[in-house]
Amino acid sequence: MITNILIRLLHRLPIGWLQLNHNRTRLIAAVGGVTFANILIFMQLGFMGALFSTSVFTHKNLSTDLVLLPSNFLSLREATSFPRRRIYQAESHPAVVSADPIYIGQVFWTDPVGGDTAQFRVLGVPPDSPDPIFLNKTIQAELPKLKQPDKAILDIKTRQLNPDITKAILEKGSYDLELNNLQFHFVGTFTQGGSFGDDGSIIVSTDAFMRLFRNRQPGTPTLALIHLAPGSDAHKVAREINALLPEGDTIAMTKQQFIDAEQNYQAQQTPIGFVFGFGVVMAFVVGLVIVYQVLTTDVQDHLAEYATFKAIGYSQGFFRGIVFEEALSLAILGFVPGLVVSIFLYAFASRATGLPIEMQFGRPAFVFSLTLIMCVLSGLIATNRLAHADPADLF
Amino acid sequence: MTTSPAIQTRNLSHHFGSGETRLQVLHHLDLEIPKGQFVILMGPSGSGKTTLLTLVGCLRSVQEGSVKLLGEELSGANERTLMLMRRRLGFIFQAHNLHDSLTAMQNVRMGLDVHGKGHGPEAEAACQHVLELVGLGERVDHYPSQLSGGQKQRVAVARALIGNPDILFADEPTAALDKEMGQQVIELIRELANQRQTTVFMVTHDHRILDYADRIINMEDGRIVES
Repeated sequence: MITNILIRLLHRLPIGWLQLNHNRTRLIAAVGGVTFANILIFMQLGFMGALFSTSVFTHKNLSTDLVLLPSNFLSLREATSFPRRRIYQAESHPAVVSADPIYIGQVFWTDPVGGDTAQFRVLGVPPDSPDPIFLNKTIQAELPKLKQPDKAILDIKTRQLNPDITKAILEKGSYDLELNNLQFHFVGTFTQGGSFGDDGSIIVSTDAFMRLFRNRQPGTPTLALIHLAPGSDAHKVAREINALLPEGDTIAMTKQQFIDAEQNYQAQQTPIGFVFGFGVVMAFVVGLVIVYQVLTTDVQDHLAEYATFKAIGYSQGFFRGIVFEEALSLAILGFVPGLVVSIFLYAFASRATGLPIEMQFGRPAFVFSLTLIMCVLSGLIATNRLAHADPADLF
Repeated sequence: MTTSPAIQTRNLSHHFGSGETRLQVLHHLDLEIPKGQFVILMGPSGSGKTTLLTLVGCLRSVQEGSVKLLGEELSGANERTLMLMRRRLGFIFQAHNLHDSLTAMQNVRMGLDVHGKGHGPEAEAACQHVLELVGLGERVDHYPSQLSGGQKQRVAVARALIGNPDILFADEPTAALDKEMGQQVIELIRELANQRQTTVFMVTHDHRILDYADRIINMEDGRIVES
């Protein structure tokens, strides 16, 4: 069946395909190699994509047009703070409708029941702000509960969170946890999920945040959300606000710039981009070597036949065509199972790590392109062997 | 065109190796084979007959002297000219040299594909016909591993003949076959060549088949001793 399709496409016998198909052991080895390389590449990209996307969960969820940040900002995880006065300075811009300070810190928690530990990102927000703080409607609806002292809401997608805690909050409406030796009443939940650095998030009021982090001051927020009047040009206003802040310790940027800055930091300053990029390259090389091995052996085994074909008038290009036909067949045959297995492995790894490992649109096309390059490159190296097919050697 | 011989060599010499180990294997050969002749080339091993065959068969570059095939000079010809000339020739080797991943039919089709004509029902019918001529009409879909030695050699004959070559070269085509099978294969070549006015240039040791030749050329030490 495939043979007939190929005859129609190539207008000649698909020798490469017939050769591959004739030696099933070799075919399976080669396809297995390509599949294996594909799975490795998909997994590396999956983890990398998940880490990049989780690193900006908090950022994306903020309901804002602009943000004020300390001017040395690289990443929220390492963010310092800036003087609250800057917010008032920024508010003097006519396009600014409102501004809300946000405080961010990390707290390490040990579950007294199971002994499990978790690292939480804590967001201190003004619970009575008339402006929306979060895009997530569930969180926004829970915020009024934080007006009472020592209340908190918990990300129930926190990595390996004891399900009893979730159950207690959802059923009884409250669950008490000790953070930094202080009793907190968890009265609400939301779902977000952890990132590379944090297992999950907790949201509290500004007052509760100050009690939790003794060394932090209300006068030094980590960032501020700035809502603009409808129809304002965010980029232009950001530039104008920056002109209003001559001290140089604070910077205004659009929400998208804020997200991009974080992702750039993750890609360039952390080992994530390098580690997974390196993994992709290694997987590529493994696939390249396997396909090259198979194609070279195949050419080697058929040198006498090729020499015969040469003797009856076939050109060098014809033999290159055979090798590329094989390379292409292997790319396609190896990619399809690689993609299918990877989709299953994504689901599995996603459950195991709590990271949102998803098959992003465009990634299969990218990996298939890599596979094609891998196979064609192997084929290109393997065709060197064809020069050894000399019809004079047949005698 | 009709006047030019199928094969013509003038002062053809050939060496192997270089420097002190340089060895001359052909000495100033002058040979002319008219179209349609069935020529057998004989001689002991090392007499240079295979070298001569590869030179006139476009499989080796001419070093010294001239080789004209169907009126065209091979000396100094580029790879493309040689390739196009090869398409006008047929080759039968000592070993069958069939492609083990292709069926008998597909192997024969390779002889048509090279002319860009291996496609479609006509090609299929032509291959079927040639395979029937060599007595393998029932085995067209067999792979070489499912055929006997004689059957494989007959597929090779079919492959060489399918393109209607002007000249058929054969190198010990009966070496791997028993007496009866060898006889059959040679008769087949002779008969098909007669029908199509094909020139046959065959190297052989096999004395049993000399009767089929129009002309026998004997070689010794790189020289033609008797023609």
